[in-house]
Amino acid sequence: MSEKLLEIVDERLSFFTPAGEVKALNGVSFSMEEGEVLGIVGESGSGKSVTAYSIMGLTAYPGRLIGGTIRFNGHQVDQMSEKEFRKMRGNEVSIIFQDPMTSLNPVYTIGNQIEEVIRLHTDKSKTEARARAKELLELVGINEPEKRLRQYPHELSGGMRQRVMIAIALACEPKLLIADEPTTALDVTIQAQILELMQELRQKMGMSIIMITHDLGVVASMCERIAVMYAGHIVEYGTTDEIFYHPSHEYTKGLIGSIPKLTTEESERLVPIEGQPVDLLNPPAGCPFAPRCRSCMKICLKKMPPKTRLSDTHYSYCWLRQKEAAEGGHEA
Amino acid sequence: MEHTENTPELEKLPLGPDDFSPATAGEKESLVVMRESINFWADGFRRLRKNKIAMVSLFFILLIVIFAYVLPSFWPYTYDQQIKYSENLSAFEYGKTELARIEAGESVFPHICGTDKLGRDFAVRLMMATRVSLTVGIVCSICVLVIGATYGAVAGFSGGLVDDIMMRFTDILYTIPDILLIILLSITLKPRILALAETPGFEWMQKVGANLIAMFIVFALLYWVGMARITRSQVLVLKESEYVTAARALGAGNGRIIRKHLLTNCIGTLIVTTTLQIPAAIFTESYLSFLGLGVSAPMPSLGSLATDAVKGMNTYPHLLLLPAILISVTILVFNLFGDGLRDAFDPKLKN
Amino acid sequence: MGKYIVKRIAMGILSVFIVATLTFFLMNLVPGGPFVAEKSISKAAQEALEAKFGLDKPLLQRYTTYMTDFLHGDMGFSLRQRGRTVSDIIFSKFPVSARLAGIAVVVALCVGIPLGCISAYNRGKLADNFIIVLGTCGIAIPSFISSVLLLYTFGSWLKILPTMGLNDAVSYIMPVTALAIYPTAYITRLMRSSLLDVMGQDYIRTAKAKGLSSFMILFKHALRNALLPVIAYVGPMLASLMTGSFVVEKIFTIPGLGREFVSSITNRDYTMIMGTTIILAALVIAANVIVDILYKIIDPRIKLK
Repeated sequence: MSEKLLEIVDERLSFFTPAGEVKALNGVSFSMEEGEVLGIVGESGSGKSVTAYSIMGLTAYPGRLIGGTIRFNGHQVDQMSEKEFRKMRGNEVSIIFQDPMTSLNPVYTIGNQIEEVIRLHTDKSKTEARARAKELLELVGINEPEKRLRQYPHELSGGMRQRVMIAIALACEPKLLIADEPTTALDVTIQAQILELMQELRQKMGMSIIMITHDLGVVASMCERIAVMYAGHIVEYGTTDEIFYHPSHEYTKGLIGSIPKLTTEESERLVPIEGQPVDLLNPPAGCPFAPRCRSCMKICLKKMPPKTRLSDTHYSYCWLRQKEAAEGGHEA
Repeated sequence: MEHTENTPELEKLPLGPDDFSPATAGEKESLVVMRESINFWADGFRRLRKNKIAMVSLFFILLIVIFAYVLPSFWPYTYDQQIKYSENLSAFEYGKTELARIEAGESVFPHICGTDKLGRDFAVRLMMATRVSLTVGIVCSICVLVIGATYGAVAGFSGGLVDDIMMRFTDILYTIPDILLIILLSITLKPRILALAETPGFEWMQKVGANLIAMFIVFALLYWVGMARITRSQVLVLKESEYVTAARALGAGNGRIIRKHLLTNCIGTLIVTTTLQIPAAIFTESYLSFLGLGVSAPMPSLGSLATDAVKGMNTYPHLLLLPAILISVTILVFNLFGDGLRDAFDPKLKN
Repeated sequence: MGKYIVKRIAMGILSVFIVATLTFFLMNLVPGGPFVAEKSISKAAQEALEAKFGLDKPLLQRYTTYMTDFLHGDMGFSLRQRGRTVSDIIFSKFPVSARLAGIAVVVALCVGIPLGCISAYNRGKLADNFIIVLGTCGIAIPSFISSVLLLYTFGSWLKILPTMGLNDAVSYIMPVTALAIYPTAYITRLMRSSLLDVMGQDYIRTAKAKGLSSFMILFKHALRNALLPVIAYVGPMLASLMTGSFVVEKIFTIPGLGREFVSSITNRDYTMIMGTTIILAALVIAANVIVDILYKIIDPRIKLK
């Protein structure tokens, strides 16, 4: 077995708030090969971002890793010091945030902010860093890079700023790029351009990407694998085709059912997922999705379902699949 | 090999067929632990109660209020009562006549804080001074609230040219050094209000104290600017919000929108700003007293008590220290309580 | 930029003009006059004096006369300090107050900014709580009280610091301390909350994700943004120090402009009131213009109209 780029096993992470322990991640495991594009989908608060941030050691206070291991590019991330994290961040792993309007420092020029990360992680001189910054701006499709380098963030549009964020993230050719809802804050046309750019850059530079989104359209167009998260669990994991054509968890089915399709007949209505997300302060004993699930069974409320393997690349955590497997097994 | 985890897992568990029957809606509900939704005020008060500093400050504020408004009624001396032969006593000391009375078997209430140079009981003077300072602080803040909030709401709500002119006016007021304005206003207004209190129909002013009223007006004229700016900016934000558009679409008039939607939504900010205005007014009143422009004798204020004591501070330091400490503590607890209120009701206002 | 400065200065001059007009009419509304208080002089002499200074003319005429004279650089004679012109008095007293206020500003900035940073950086820890308590107490003590207490403790009781005048460096300690306590405490609180606010911004997260050290994040990315509200406060602070210094000047018997100002008001020295008011207002407005321009240099988002 080749060395995986990223391997997370049974990660548990909680936020210790004054109101109590918020269990944000409850045993998350997955791995990624080099060059792979993984999509993590789920609703707000499902733990998508928390998972990604923990790879970079960016877990916000009062969050704390309380169990599991994270291996990335030969590092034992869960045991790294802040100093080791600093060497890794922006260099081996980079991140693009959701809101490009607020993610750039308003009082420094674009050039300054790109050169900063280059000079931090390489021993390039000031002029070399400037040349590299210019090259990066060209790479992310910004014209007149010389002029842009001297401009301040507020002089650029949202789409442009997101391109700058991508340039900053790619400055040191990272092995892994985390994109945390990179298109959510942008106009639809700009969204498409940014996604196209990211795909193009991946082909050019060959890095892996973790795409965090709640937009299934985005993952469908970009990702090879998809992890569906709900209440701090990965409830289903598989290739893009498997997730879209053979969704196995009721939550995934719900998600896909709620996407509008061009082929939808007028009589067919979009099916919303009813109910509220669970309260992570008091997570239920059973499947976290059970209270909202249409096919909920008694067992679902009592016990967390075990993993059901559906293929080499596809698994989910649902009692219904267990039931089918068991019935199938008995019949056979 | 990994596939083995499929079925055996299931067989290990003690599961019956019943476990795989559909769960009823009731069963589902019972498992969803919903925290009760808390409204704005309840949530704010909960946070306030948890804030130890704010609660201790509130306790001190209550103590000060009792000290200023309740205790003087039970005190055997009054603030302007001059006791002969009891001048400049230190704490728990008695004057000549009082000693004679004690010898004659009478009980004489002790001067806990001594007396001043006119033989007035200092403890009750402190209480009255605190009452005056607190009254100035509270009434001025309310005047500021009324004027400032109205002005700001009207400016923010009207928008356009009206807003521009109204705000330009506050800008200019803002650039005038406030001490200058306050001194000019107080020497201009005070004699006029004193004269007005003499005229029939305005006798009630003498009851309240004409110079207190002058102080209220001066402060209100000066400090409403800050309140107006805060209210205006709140109104501008709220005006753009969807529920106001919705109310407008439903045919609500301007007056109704201001009252029902805008004011109720910035009430948190207004309460916090008003509370923080109280110590500021007490602060300024003490300054004015120091300059001899504050409340006039024999009515004391904390500032005037401290000022009177400056000359004799080497001989009678307690006459200076007590009002000085009282002013500082009053301002401090009001500030701390105001900060607590802000954290509880208006976290976005943090500076 | 040039256009903006010109516009701001024009606005400033207009504001000074409005302040001057307001003051002129306000002070003339006050009952009594400069010579009424002097019982030693006869009614005839008083009227002669009033005639000499033109106080017998109608208000509006006096106003236009004063304003034209002022525009020619003539602020007139002091009504109470015989034989001295207002500009003479102002130019002899102003440097004293300015030096005092200037030192207090420097002290307030040099102490307040680092304290605020330390407090924010150690949020929730002992150092933070200690600084918050100090800061809150600092804004609760009126400067006349701190002056008097300082005077009593170090001057009368311990006798280690001179109690009056500004004759040597040591004599600056108490007045500057008394003057600087409030602004220092205010800046500390402002700096703390502003830095905490900035530290929660998205671009700080970006800086962290780049791999910058917390030192670099604080000094390069956070401080410059967090300083903006502090800079905005410097203008009003200077104003309140200049006008507020009269209390300190009175207590420490320092011959400054603040004291002159207050006594001119109580003496109804009309020309002195006008002169000092205009100078102080001009100073405050100038400070605000400078602060606005500085603001623009630090924060490129601010567009100068």
